[in-house]
Amino acid sequence: MEVRVQNLRKEFDRFPALHDVSLDIHSGELIALLGPSGSGKTTLLRLIAGLENPTEGSIYFGDEDASKKTVQQRNIGFVFQHYALFRHMTVLDNVSFGLKVRDGARRPPKAEIRRRALELLDLVQLSGLEKRYPAQLSGGQRQRVALARAMAVEPNVLLLDEPFGALDAQVRKDLRKWLREIHDRTGHTTVFVTHDQDEAMELADRVVVMSQGAIEQIGTPDEVYDNPNSPFVFGFVGQSNCLDVRVNGGEIWFEDRPLGLKVESEADGDAQLYFRPHDIELRDGCGGCIAGLLTTSRRVAGTRHIEVDIGKGHPPIELELSPSQAGALDRTRIAFRPTRWKLFRPVS
Amino acid sequence: MALDTSAPTKVRSAVTEHRFARWTLILVSLTFLTLILLLPLAAVFVEAFRKGAGPFLQALHDEETFSAIRLTLIVAGVSVPLNLFFGVAAAWAIAKFEFKGKALLTTLIDLPFSVSPVISGLVFVLLLGANSYLGHWLSVYNIKILFAVPGLILATMFVTFPFVARELIPLMQEQGTGDEEAAISLGASGWQTFWHVTLPNIKWGLLYGVLLCNARAMGEFGAVSVVSGHIRGQTNTMPLQVEILYNEYNFTGAFAVATLLALLALVTLVLKTLLEMRYSEEIAASRRH
Repeated sequence: MEVRVQNLRKEFDRFPALHDVSLDIHSGELIALLGPSGSGKTTLLRLIAGLENPTEGSIYFGDEDASKKTVQQRNIGFVFQHYALFRHMTVLDNVSFGLKVRDGARRPPKAEIRRRALELLDLVQLSGLEKRYPAQLSGGQRQRVALARAMAVEPNVLLLDEPFGALDAQVRKDLRKWLREIHDRTGHTTVFVTHDQDEAMELADRVVVMSQGAIEQIGTPDEVYDNPNSPFVFGFVGQSNCLDVRVNGGEIWFEDRPLGLKVESEADGDAQLYFRPHDIELRDGCGGCIAGLLTTSRRVAGTRHIEVDIGKGHPPIELELSPSQAGALDRTRIAFRPTRWKLFRPVS
Repeated sequence: MALDTSAPTKVRSAVTEHRFARWTLILVSLTFLTLILLLPLAAVFVEAFRKGAGPFLQALHDEETFSAIRLTLIVAGVSVPLNLFFGVAAAWAIAKFEFKGKALLTTLIDLPFSVSPVISGLVFVLLLGANSYLGHWLSVYNIKILFAVPGLILATMFVTFPFVARELIPLMQEQGTGDEEAAISLGASGWQTFWHVTLPNIKWGLLYGVLLCNARAMGEFGAVSVVSGHIRGQTNTMPLQVEILYNEYNFTGAFAVATLLALLALVTLVLKTLLEMRYSEEIAASRRH
């Protein structure tokens, strides 16, 4: 189901947790709310669920105003960060819970509830474990029970709060892939919260980058990575370098020399140049480049990561070089120029 | 350098005391327990059976003693369920909601622990006695509270109120509201959430609280003594009966009733231990350790 969030604002004891957030979630979409802690992503998720009430603004499920409905009426599936499985119930009872508590006409017959719960357990690959208690399961298994339980009510929207946060790295990777598969098979509109950019980039159709209670950027993983619209997104999603530069006469100047990068429509003045560690070309000699001393060099999988000291008053620059680039490297001095970059003006 | 821990020279772990210190500590605690707890408990049974089992049973076979036992059961039977209800309500409110005056409520719950039971009995006498406004109003409508069963129940409830709440508050605070949120997100109503999720999560703590509450309710002396009026066969609970018999130099009778109270304590202890043994895993899981 389509979910629309309109001008949502939330304050906790007058402390603003979200200001004026609007977001359209398409039906069947898998969307990630990505941000550091305190960015308001979990608050937004809980507002959509109805576990919190907005101070202002509204939430629509399809054409219906959901903000006037209780959690129960919204019919959502929520997977909690620590799963919140019912300890005293078996796996099967946990998954059936949402159907069992339905009243009269809406409650399926017992045999039907059992059939559906077992079917879901099969979907999350936990067949045979239905009689276990949550305490007898591994973290990854609990996570999958929580997902099956949330899906059992056939929710309008599936909401996941840091779904892989409590798992170790390997399990996390496997479950990530697996969640994507489940989503493609079931087609639930899904929103998940994460602070892990890899998770968001790998899993989501669209990524919503949040910071300090506001949305910074919404876009596909490619858009967000290739075209960050703010210094925050540039820094938070992927690695980036930031350099203090000047714009003068349609060219970017670093200290006393032009870099050979044209900016036609920019006014003169101070600016910050952002570029990714791998979006550079090495240069011979230095007419229009950034030059510095190579301080450290590490091999990371197929690339070489180097750190360059470009002089006092500037933070060291990190670069990622392909093997062929690294092969052509001089031992100590290095000159380079960004190939893809973005200029941000300081907020006046 | 690796330490060879299997070396024949015994290396004490850093937190283990010297053997001498260990045994001294154990001996001191055991001696203390024997002197303060076991000896008096044994004395109760020895005194009760001093003249043999016959006089013991005869002493129990007494109209007033029967009435005292009945009254104690009634008082505990009413006050424990009521405290169970209020205890759960108070613990729920404190553990799961944020509201003004929460700290005050928490302190008030502890009040019966810090006030001498005699004082709490006295408060009811002052509040409901013939000289008070409320007492006057009650006597006009011929409602008897003081020196009658309702007064005993009130005083007992006052003294035993904290047991259930105190047991539940830390448990519920530790468990948080996650499970409840999960339940309502799945469509459960407030009642369904309480019955199917909250109550099963707290049942062991609740049982402990009720056991302790019951033991105290049956054994309460001070507060009950003040509001009872000591009407033989009518307002004497078991502890009061023990005192009366003792003051009348009927030692066998006094100790015979006392054995019943002591037995109650032992049964409570055994029940608690059995529960812990039988359900230790479940209890540990419900505390999320």
